[in-house]
Parts: sequence; C-alpha cells; structure tokens
Amino acid sequence: MDEKLIVESLSPMERSVLPKLTTEFVNVDEVSTLSSLDKTTVLRAIGFLKNKGLVEVSTSERRVVILGILGVNYLKKELPERALLNKLAEKKVIPIGEIKNVCGLNDNEAKSALGALKKKALIAIKTGKLELSAKPEEIQNKMIEELLMEKLPMEFSSIQDLDKLAFATLKNRKDIIQVEDQKTTSVMLTEDGKKISKMGLEDDLIEALTPKILKQNTWKGKKFRRYDLSTPVPRIYGGKRHFVNQAKDYAKSIWLEMGFKEMSGNNIETGFWIFDSLFTAQDHPVREMQDTFYLKGVTGKLPERNKKKEDCMLYNVQKAHEGGVDGSKGWQYKWDENDAKKVLMRTHTTSLSIRKLREIGKSKEFPAKYFALGKCFRNETVDWSHGFEFNQTEGIVIDEDANFRQLLGYLTQFYKKMGYEKIRIRPAYFAYTEPSLEIDVFHPVHKKWVELGGAGMFRPEVTIPMFGKHIPVLAWGQGFDRIITEFFGINDLRDVYKNDINKLREMKFWRKH
Amino acid sequence: MTILTVDKKKLEKIVGKITPELENKITEMGTPIEEVTDDELSVEVFPNRPDLLSLENFARAINQFMGKRGLVNFKVNKPEKDYIVTINKAVKEVRPFTACAVIKGLKFSDARIKSVIELQEKLHGSYGRNRRKLALGIYPIEEIIFPLTYTAEKPNDIKFQPLEFPRVITGRQILSQHPTGRDYGELLKGQELFPIYKDAAGEIMSMPPIINSHKTGRITEKTKAVFIECSGFNKEYLKKTIDLVVSSFSEMGGKIYAVEIKDNADGNFITPDMAPEKMKFKIKDIEKTLGIELTEKNVKNYLSRMGIGYENDKGKSVAIIPCYRTDILHWIDLAEEVAIAYGYENFVPEIPDISTIAYEDPMDVAKKTIGNVLAGLGLLETSSFHLVTKKNVKKMHYDFNDFIELEDSKTERDVLRIDMLTNLLQIASENSNAAYPQKTFEMGRIFSRSVNENSETGIDEKERLAISLIDEKINFTELKQVLDYLFKMLNIEYLIENVENNNYIIGRCGKIIVDGKDIGFIGEVAPRVLKNWKIKLPMVALEIGLDFLGTC
Repeated sequence: MDEKLIVESLSPMERSVLPKLTTEFVNVDEVSTLSSLDKTTVLRAIGFLKNKGLVEVSTSERRVVILGILGVNYLKKELPERALLNKLAEKKVIPIGEIKNVCGLNDNEAKSALGALKKKALIAIKTGKLELSAKPEEIQNKMIEELLMEKLPMEFSSIQDLDKLAFATLKNRKDIIQVEDQKTTSVMLTEDGKKISKMGLEDDLIEALTPKILKQNTWKGKKFRRYDLSTPVPRIYGGKRHFVNQAKDYAKSIWLEMGFKEMSGNNIETGFWIFDSLFTAQDHPVREMQDTFYLKGVTGKLPERNKKKEDCMLYNVQKAHEGGVDGSKGWQYKWDENDAKKVLMRTHTTSLSIRKLREIGKSKEFPAKYFALGKCFRNETVDWSHGFEFNQTEGIVIDEDANFRQLLGYLTQFYKKMGYEKIRIRPAYFAYTEPSLEIDVFHPVHKKWVELGGAGMFRPEVTIPMFGKHIPVLAWGQGFDRIITEFFGINDLRDVYKNDINKLREMKFWRKH
Repeated sequence: MTILTVDKKKLEKIVGKITPELENKITEMGTPIEEVTDDELSVEVFPNRPDLLSLENFARAINQFMGKRGLVNFKVNKPEKDYIVTINKAVKEVRPFTACAVIKGLKFSDARIKSVIELQEKLHGSYGRNRRKLALGIYPIEEIIFPLTYTAEKPNDIKFQPLEFPRVITGRQILSQHPTGRDYGELLKGQELFPIYKDAAGEIMSMPPIINSHKTGRITEKTKAVFIECSGFNKEYLKKTIDLVVSSFSEMGGKIYAVEIKDNADGNFITPDMAPEKMKFKIKDIEKTLGIELTEKNVKNYLSRMGIGYENDKGKSVAIIPCYRTDILHWIDLAEEVAIAYGYENFVPEIPDISTIAYEDPMDVAKKTIGNVLAGLGLLETSSFHLVTKKNVKKMHYDFNDFIELEDSKTERDVLRIDMLTNLLQIASENSNAAYPQKTFEMGRIFSRSVNENSETGIDEKERLAISLIDEKINFTELKQVLDYLFKMLNIEYLIENVENNNYIIGRCGKIIVDGKDIGFIGEVAPRVLKNWKIKLPMVALEIGLDFLGTC
C-alpha cells in the first residue's frame, strides 16, 4: 500500500468520516452524528473507503420495536389508562358513561383504559360506577407499559420479563408500538485504515480545478486529489441511428464502393411492374390475394401504348406472356390487362430493377450497375420467423458481356465485404431469371449455412420487351434481415421493429463481422 | 413449396445406394434435400419441374444426372378398338377439354399405388392450381366399358357412389357431404351443369374436378391396366400434363396406348403424343451466357445428363427435349440445363473489367445527414412499419377517414400510414418503463391518394421526418432548439408561423415554412392526444415533409 497515494485520493467526505472510525464496529447512524454528515453521504464515503481497503463494512438486519403514531403521542402526554387512573384518584368515583368527558378520551381510548385498569385490578365497577381499588403506591408507580414505552426503540430479541408482558398488551392495541425490520450498517477500520487514519489528513488538496484557481495560479505547488478510476459511474445513453439503418448504410457503402448506382422508387406499384413485366404468369400462386397486399378499391394505369406495335413495351410484354418472344413459347394464355392494373405493395425490390431496365432500354446508357436496399411486403401472419415487412438488397448489371460467372463474382464480393467468407450456390427457380441460383453464406460464428436469397440472369421474355433485344442482365434480390438479426443477436423477427427504447439504448453499433 | 417424399429403399432399388455423395448430387441437380431418414428421402421440387413429382420420375432424373441414362424415347401404341372419348357440347361451358391415355401391363404394389396417388395430389397442387387448371382421374380399365363420354349434367341428376363414401348421392350432395366436395366445391360454384365422365354402359366414372366413383375409380393390387384422363381449360397444357403422367407410368414398365378424342366443337385429336420436341440453339450463346468454354461433345454430354438429347442438323445444334419437360421455353433454359450438369460449384467467380461510377440517391444522403445531426443531439432513431391500424391513426387524427386499405390483411395492421408521428406516439405509449427524457426521431414514407391524373398507382409516397421529446418538464423551446440546429446544419432558412391545430396546444403550435411552402408542424402535443395514447408526460413534437431537400 502506498499510503501517500491513498491519502491524496481521499475526498473531503472520506476525510470527515475516517477520523470518526475505530477498530470496532460502529453503527453508521452514529458516524453520521459524529461527523455531522447526512447518512447518504456517510454511506457513499464508506463505499469509497471500502474500495480502498481502509474499512470493513458489516450489514445486518435486526428486528426492532419502535413507537407507533399514538405511542409517540402518549409518551409525550400520558396513556389513556394513566389519565383515567389519575382522575379516579382525584374524584374517587366516576360514572362509566362519564369517563370520556371527565378524562378527555375518545371511545376507543376510554374502552381500552377501562380494560387495562380492570385487568390490573386497580378499579372496581359497582352499579354502573367506577371506583378506585388501587393502593396509593400503585398509583404513584409507573405501569409496566409506561416503562416499556420509555425504553423504546429496543431490539425485539432483548425484550424480557415484564417488558414482554407490556409488549403483549400494547401490541394488541392500535398504533402504540410496532415491530420493524431495520437494516443496519456498521463500519470499522482495517489495519490499513488505522494507519491512514493516524496520518495527518492535511486537507490542502485541490478537489476541483476552477476558473478562479486557474486565474490566480493557486494550483501551483499544490496537489489535486487523486480519483479512484475504477469506481463505477452512472450509465448514460447516446443518440444513435436505428440499428437497421446502420446495417443498411454499411451494405450500401459496399455496393457504392463497387461502382453501383442507387435506385429508388415506390413501395406501391401496379401488378404490371411487380409481376407482368417480370414474366410472372397471371395465375402464378405468388399473385394470389392471400400472399400479397393488394390495395382495396384502387385501380392503376398501365404505361402508355406506342402506336407502332413492335416498339410498344406493353404490347411486347403481352406477347411474351401469350405466345412468346424470340422463339420462346410463352405461357400460352390470354393475358388480362386488368390483372396488371391491380395496385399492391411491392413483394420484391425487383420492380425497381425492371423500371431501371426500361429506362436504360431507352437511353441505352450501359454498361450499367445498379443497386437498391429497401422494404418489401407480403401478406403473412406474423411470428418469430415471419414478418409482413422485410428488407431486400437488389442489384442489376446490364452489359453485353455479362455472364453467370460475373454474377457469382459480384455476390461473392458483396458477402465477403459483409463478413461472410464462404458462400455456396445451388440451382433455383424464378419465373424471370434463367439460369437461376440460390445463395447460402456460411455464418462464421454460428458455423452454419444461412439461406439468403435468389439471383440469376433476366430471361429474354423480360429483357426483350424492355430493351428491344436480348441483352444479358445479372440480377439479384437478397434477403437482408437475416444478416441483421444474426449480427445483432435477435432471435425473434418481431423485435426488429418493436422500438423498445431500453433495448435500442443498449443495442451495439453495427460493425463488420 | 412442393416437397416430394419417397420411400428410400424403393429409390435405392433404382438409383443405387444413397451415399452422402449422391445426396450432394441430388441437391446439385436442382432438387435440394430437405430431409433424409432411414426410410424416407424428401426433396424440394421447384414449380417448373412437375415432371419430378413421382418416385419413378425422380429416380429417372437421378440416373440421367449420374450418366446412367440419357434421353428417354416412348413408344405409343395405336388406340385399340373403342378407345374413344367423346367430348359432349354440354361440357364446353364448364370445363371444355380433356386429354387421355391407356396404360397396360402394370403391376401395382401398395407402395406403387401410394406413389400414383402422391403424383396425382402433387400435380393437383401448385402446378394444377388446386385442380382449377387441371384435374386428373385414374381408373382400372377392368371396371369400365369403352367408348367413353365426357359430358355435363344437372347436379341433381348426377347420382353415383363417390370414392370412399358409403352410399349413392347426387352431384349437388357431393359438394356438401363429401370431404373432397367441400374442399373443391368452389370450382363448380354457380354452374348449372357439372362435368362427368361416363362409360358405354352409362355408368358415371367421375365428376371432375371433384371426385371419382367408388366403383370405377379405385386402383388395387389386382389392377393391370389403367385409363387416365385429365380435364381443364387449355388443351395444350392438358396434353403436356398427360404426357408427363404417362411418362411416370412408363417408368413402371407400362405399355402406352393412345386414345382418340372426338371433339365436334374444337376438332378431334389423339393423346398421348409423347413425341420429343426439337429446339435449335447456338453453343456460343450458351458459352457467352455462362462465361465458360464448351465443345459440342461437352454440350451433348451435359444435356444428356439432364435427360435431353442432342443432334447436329447440318452444322446446327438441336436439342431434343423429352415430352415431359414442360419448362423449356427458350434456348436460355438450355443454358441453365448445361450449367446444372456442369455443376454450379465448378463456376469460378469473376469480376469483369468495366468501369462504372457510383451514385447515391440524394434523398438518402440527406436522410443520413439528418440522422447524424439528430443523433449528435442525443436523439434516438426508431424504425416502424409502413402498415398501421385505423384506431391508432385516429388517436391523433380523429376526423381522418380517407384510409388506403389493404385487402384481407393477415395482420391487424390493414391501412397505410398517413404520418410518422403516430409511430412516435405509439412508441412513447409503449415505453413508459424507459428512463426519461425520451427523445426520438424517425424518417420514412407516408402515403396519400394522388391528385396527379397520370400517376400509375394513384398513390403518392412522400418522405417525412418526425421528432418527439418527452420529459416531466419539456416545452416548445427545447424542440425549437433542435429544429434550429438541424436547419442551421443543413444551411436552410426556415420560418415558424402561428397556426391553430387541434393536435397541439392552442398558441403553442406553428407551421414550419421553407421557401414560402408549408412543410409541417411543430408544437406542444394536445393533452387530448396524450390521453388517447395513455402518455403520462408532456411531449413536444414536429413532423415535416422532406421534399424540400430535393431542391436544395
């Protein structure tokens, strides 16, 4: 122990408390009185002293008997039975009905005074009148109840003999005495504490640097009190972005680093841009009401028709469905415009990609790489692993020379930067891509494969109506929420948008795996 | 998702032992393994491959993929005498088409009967759109007398004993009393006539798409030959489906016989066809799509492993696609076939050498900035759903009624949000156990009906920001300080003008104006609103549209 350093680290309140302590346990209340500090301050000081190893603290629970509200009052004045006894000694006889008035007692008090004196055989009742039967010394002597009340507070276990009797009778009456469990803290000096306590606790340390001290240079030659740096501090919470947005920003930065442009657009779209333009047959189960959020009573508009059939995007989409384009057989049914006019919440962000593809089909500004990261919606019953709103990270690469291997290249690179070194791909089916694939990433911490979503190359039935000819387009729409929940350790999808402020305050910041 | 579950021992009899290596191959083939137990193997079958939905067909695909088989050729025998089905005019209004076949020389075991029923059920599911697009019937040939009629009659005149039912009932009663009738009755709703299959003796064989007759529609271990029909609306689709089903019976060793279909209204035809289809393609197109080099020999080998034949027709590549593959629409589908046979795991990822310049959506950049400024002031960002409940919106906007509603929402949230503040109020209401002050903000899209006639969806989506400060002592000044700081950091001038708004305390509410345009409100929230939300502390709040950022 470096005694000097310890002395320099004592705060003013510790300095006040320390000299009042001895090598024997003293109750904190007593220390509070001796040091003229309030109990809370004393307890804090003792906490600090204990951290420094200077004191030993013992806390114990004890059962104490204390005066109740009436008891305090009676102790000041007198017990009702005392009032009655004295009056009776004075008047010799009191009619029972008169007790209240004569002694200034209420109903209850009169009743218990009468009961108590009768039990002690100090009075007798004759034809409705109260007569004294106590001897003079019995009147002069204090009653056992009075004696007990004067001794309170005292420890429950130390009540003995006559006090015990008195306790029993008073306990039965309301609010005179009560039993309470009290926590008491006692404190004593350790060997180190003893040494420090004996040293001169000269108080010439600067507690806080003030503008005045700075200005007057009074700090020169003085020491500052040393802090105990290990003391726990009250917790504070900073403001922060929502963790989903933090993760999204990070993922966005990866696509941007790779030279992708961001796409933005509507959450609400017509069936045309969600399904028809993506060669999804009109009787495909995904278009059914039960899986998709359609807007009630809203009918949308289709893109304008071009007079020249070959140049009309809408006509070419219809043709792709009905009889096919570029030698494809199509779905061989009658395409219904009304189905395409239904308005719904987007089921995937691919609606952004297909709109972008149409735009580039006109501007012919490519090679081009685009990405989006946004909400998608599905009509689903909510449970721990299903939500009706979820995030997807979307991408397209439009390039004459784009191929399947490049698709793997971009996805591998993205996931590597997200912290997933190992990915695997397997065949999959989507109406609008061919070849199609499903991607799994290997979770480095949980050591398991996590399914993240689909990718592929847009089919000619998709690209030709938008572009006028088939051009390779790499496309992916990857689930993003699994990455978020895995990273933040969220087991229940419902917690992602629960906005529990306590949890948001504790939530760690996004960092790469 | 369609799962095919097959008897593992039966499968092993055809494809050999299911080793872990073979399990991998099965997944690589495009049928990811869901579960393997001692007795069974389950795989996912994608909706474009109904041809894999029986043990026999799945086994055929595995053997092809492992190089043990190639393109399968089917021999169809001419129709025997009376193998005729007449489509009556009466059925044209209800369920106009049927396609059929006869298979002979079959041996049925319990497992095989199960497999046939499984195939039937699975095809009825997603591929047949729950029997709407197609309904299959399979009958022991011993129980029926050719020629047959596909016709329609009044529901109350149709009387027969449906499959697994104790007595004869009418067509109408089937819909209400038979379990299958109850499940699929919807498909015949409102029809005056119900479709039926009848044999030459006038015996009702079935009532498509609902149920077979108990007498003629049950395959047993004694069955040696079957008549198969499917009914629906699209002739080509039904012909393809019959090919696909027949191909499965053919794998069981059955002999295929054609059936003549007499259709006065739309023309006679004969099914099944079973002929492969030829598709021209260019190897270099596939090379370019996949980014790999291929020889003709390679391509021939890879296609063969997918059960597809190859021939060189005067220097041109031609794929010979078996009749059961309904999913090959374009040469691009052949590219995937080659890719699967090549092995997805064998493709080497590549980043091409093209230069593109990144670009971030300006609104997103602005939102990021606002988020950082507000977080810097100690505010916590929240994130809520786009879907809300009417009840919650009305706690503040009590006279709002023009909700944009969703059809049949499975959650209690069935309308689109009209503001962002409702979310912050709900969060305040649900978080009374968290320490105060609670300072929150959120940015997101809100929805309204569009006034723009050219809008494709009729709905406008706007970006909004809402801020809420709650504490025992909180007032307008503290929020105005936040607003001041925010606009200073964005370098945008704004004005506040007094306004009366029921949602805020009168005299303590202002509208926020940028460039002469109202962009939103700021104020001390009205006690009425706080009471509605059971919020026990005062709250100051603002909500502004972020459109102005687009012009700055």
